[in-house]
Amino acid sequence: MNAITIETVSKSFGSVNALQRVSFSVKPGELFGLIGPDGAGKTTLFKILVTLLLPDAGRATVSGRDVVTDFRYLRQTIGYMPGRFSLYPDLTVRENLDFFATVFGTTIEANYDLIRDIYEQLALFGGRRAGKLSGGMKQKLALCCCLIHKPDVLFLDEPTTGVDAVSRKEFWEMLKNLQKQGLTILVSTPYMDEAGLCDRVAFIQAGKIMAVDTPTGITTRFEKPLFSVRATSTYRLIQDLRQAPFADACYAFGESVHLTARPGTGVLPVVDYLHSRNHEDVVVQPIMPGIEDTFMELMTK
Amino acid sequence: MKAIITNKLTKKFGDFTATNEITFSVDEGEIFGFLGANGAGKTTAIRMLCGLLKPSSGEATVAGFDVYRQTEKIKQNIGYMSQRFSLYHDLTVRENIRFYGGIYGLRLSDIKRKTDEILNTLALQTVADSLTISLPLGWKQRLAFAVALIHDPKVVFLDEPTGGVDPITRRQFWDMIYEAAHNGTTIFVTTHYMDEAEYCNRVSIMVDGRINALDTPAGLKRTYNVDSMDGVFQILARGTSTK
Repeated sequence: MNAITIETVSKSFGSVNALQRVSFSVKPGELFGLIGPDGAGKTTLFKILVTLLLPDAGRATVSGRDVVTDFRYLRQTIGYMPGRFSLYPDLTVRENLDFFATVFGTTIEANYDLIRDIYEQLALFGGRRAGKLSGGMKQKLALCCCLIHKPDVLFLDEPTTGVDAVSRKEFWEMLKNLQKQGLTILVSTPYMDEAGLCDRVAFIQAGKIMAVDTPTGITTRFEKPLFSVRATSTYRLIQDLRQAPFADACYAFGESVHLTARPGTGVLPVVDYLHSRNHEDVVVQPIMPGIEDTFMELMTK
Repeated sequence: MKAIITNKLTKKFGDFTATNEITFSVDEGEIFGFLGANGAGKTTAIRMLCGLLKPSSGEATVAGFDVYRQTEKIKQNIGYMSQRFSLYHDLTVRENIRFYGGIYGLRLSDIKRKTDEILNTLALQTVADSLTISLPLGWKQRLAFAVALIHDPKVVFLDEPTGGVDPITRRQFWDMIYEAAHNGTTIFVTTHYMDEAEYCNRVSIMVDGRINALDTPAGLKRTYNVDSMDGVFQILARGTSTK
């Protein structure tokens, strides 16, 4: 049995089709990433799965239970960390955790094993009000609060948005540890580099699922020649490459430029073209597409 | 002339030193990346440089104006854009442009010219009279950037301008940044995307209120012997107060 099953789920708000026949499933114990930009429909899908919003059409189950008819059961057995900080800012760290434990009819002690590693990083600040914590600490406390009733499936909606690169890395290490303890985790993120840390990912854009696969599997959807190109003036390089007859798309990518070329294009015509435009220190290398290259390619299809 | 110069610029809140004797300068037309972990002191530093917060000690000039005595001059000569606060959702695209043009004291004829220019460059003619809230996020961000440049500021501050947008829109936004810098505008930008740090001419990294590194991306990678800015950031950015 799948931990999460989504079958042709649609949801509209007025004339906006937030979700259009979305289908995919998540296996028990899987760390599954929903990858897409703001406005793609990630939060709408999460709200349907955690029983806070009704789908217009289609069907979804979590732990085999229907999200519409079995909402009472599901609310006790799933953990949900919304995108917006939703703890009580005027309660202390300890009081927030106590509150959520009590609401779910349990105690901090009963499920301490699951949160120990995360909570110990917070213990020093146990008496501090949640509103006075730093961004990274708030995020850790929020994670503890949605774990306190030992949920079967964990829903994390953009837990790392606006968080710095170091704290993001730490957060993903915590998720990996939780996964080892048997939790199924569905996590959404706009950061493409985080997709590589998931067992499988779904790309979502404008309410539609573009692809579902493992992080390495998904990059095989990219079928055109791809080059990493460098030259002295990056600004001029991008401008010139976009006008080249062999170019399909060209974007800055960290310290180099990624050129998606027409089928059959080799390195030499690219080098010759750039030399004819007076570029200096030209380096052109064929490369394998990454997650972000693939997402961009699928977006423009 | 330098666009920004600071010398031991410091801000204390009670006994907490948010920004601790930072010293750096930014060239005209440079894209300067201002990085640091959450809570490292970036926002406090930016607020001082924008003339919104009085420093505790040290010196700084922005576009040639002093951060203690000429804050109004600074505000007239800089542009500012953040992810959260930028456009009025219940005004149309055209009204937002006109509003900001008016705020910065542009003549009506200049506002008309700028409006046409922005609508054409961003291909927003068809939605010129639509409410801004109805635009896709990426369009809003590009509009917000154009509006931040409406008075031809010497320096523009971009505080996490690309958070949450799709990877194509994010790059189209950087195309606009490159173009503005190419035309002589100084860009001062913060970001959590480490690939974007690579697009900057130079990058500083703040840790616990201090600037612990400042160099070109290539120079930083050489110094710390790693192959990406993410590697540099992972080594440097973990301070004590952000744990």
